Amino acid sequence: MSDAIKLTPPLSDADVESLRIGDRVLITGAIYTGRDAAHKRLTDLIQAGKHLPFEIQGQIIYYVGPSPAKPGRAVGAAGPTTSYRMDAYAPELMRFGLKGMIGKGARNQDVKDAMATFKAVYFAAIGGAGALMAQTIKNAEIIAYEDLGPEAIRRLEVEEFPIIVVNDVRGNDLYEEGVKRYAL
Amino acid sequence: MREIHISQITAAVRDLCIKSNTHLGEDVLQAFAQAIDQEVSPTGKDILEKLVENARIARVEGIPICQDTGFAVVFVEVGQEVRLIGGDLKEAINQGVRQGYEEGYLRKSVCHPFTRKNTGDNTPTVIHLDIVPGDRVQLIVAPKGGGSENMSRVTMLTPAVGIQGVKDFVVQRVKESGANPCPPTIVGVGIGGTFETTALLAKKALLRPLGSENPDPELAALEQELYEEINTLGIGPQGLGGRITSLAVHVNMMESHIASLPVAVNIQCHAARHKEIVL
Ligand code: SF4
Repeated sequence: MSDAIKLTPPLSDADVESLRIGDRVLITGAIYTGRDAAHKRLTDLIQAGKHLPFEIQGQIIYYVGPSPAKPGRAVGAAGPTTSYRMDAYAPELMRFGLKGMIGKGARNQDVKDAMATFKAVYFAAIGGAGALMAQTIKNAEIIAYEDLGPEAIRRLEVEEFPIIVVNDVRGNDLYEEGVKRYAL
Repeated sequence: MREIHISQITAAVRDLCIKSNTHLGEDVLQAFAQAIDQEVSPTGKDILEKLVENARIARVEGIPICQDTGFAVVFVEVGQEVRLIGGDLKEAINQGVRQGYEEGYLRKSVCHPFTRKNTGDNTPTVIHLDIVPGDRVQLIVAPKGGGSENMSRVTMLTPAVGIQGVKDFVVQRVKESGANPCPPTIVGVGIGGTFETTALLAKKALLRPLGSENPDPELAALEQELYEEINTLGIGPQGLGGRITSLAVHVNMMESHIASLPVAVNIQCHAARHKEIVL
């Protein structure tokens, strides 16, 4: 396998355009967590013309609801949740500058179209490898919606957080390509 | 008559909640090792190796294998020669879940269906209770994550479609699930019974250890056929392409009504967690 590409958000259009499906990427820096409930609140804010609780330009949202941290750890287990539940909200966030999404499972056509239009990518993290991925999360801080518990928005400081490009800005889809390649 | 105090049940359920979420079974680890040998996709192989490493970290650090520590599903078999004393059995189980999820740093993932308000302690518990001969109590705790449960289905087929109809339904379900249920999966299949029993048959099929043979030769053959067909789909580990889409297919069957052919597919992700104890 080829070497992994190292990236630190905020990502530029050029960063995103250079990525292709199947690329292995290691993220170092800050990423933001969000699941269905937080996405609903973010898009409600946009519709009301209000500010978001963090500057979204160039950022990456990780679809995760970590398990509680044991004393001395930043988070518990922290693997991705299934992404299709965020499909209804994702295009609006890309329109406001979101550059990356991390989750698991296929996205719908609206999301893929928005990735091409607004220049953004979708990455897969390994679903169910929450203990492994938590090792790369050095710090976690709730920045909004504490009442949502595991679904609150957190800023995670990560070091070489491992992900794979599934959808790039050219409309390619690794889930489709991979299955085509290995189906008998 | 043998007496068992309810507090013993609470303590056992608490421990099983924590252990099942942090210690992946040996049978699953062995299935991973086999899958690593068989997988032809380099990405797929790499993912399977990371799952082994993930299980090791979880065990050593005492943190969950997966952040979705599930809805707590508890199977209880109470011997008919046991008298449970000191309180309400179901409440004792709920109390064990409350303690396990709080003290084990497990995620509470149970909420109101519409308001989505979290109950805050991962209860109520899904309890399947059975009375059996003997003077023992067996408890199995099987936390079930949402991602793979969401991909599960029950259907009532027309009897005319026969075994081929059942196979098509199972394979189609795995195909449509794609990457969502965190492949490699274990596919639990229930056939026959009524609408609700077929689902329970499928769920119970997931409790059978990986690598064990179905005692019914007809079903063992069906399992093998389904396993082979599913692993031609190309979905692979995490749906990124590969040979190993499922680690195993387990089938449970019972008689059905003359008008019906119920089938259930309960998809289990690779975080196949269950632990048991006999009191
Ligand atoms: S499907 Fe299973 S492994 Fe995947 S996130 Fe859910 S509980 Fe974890």
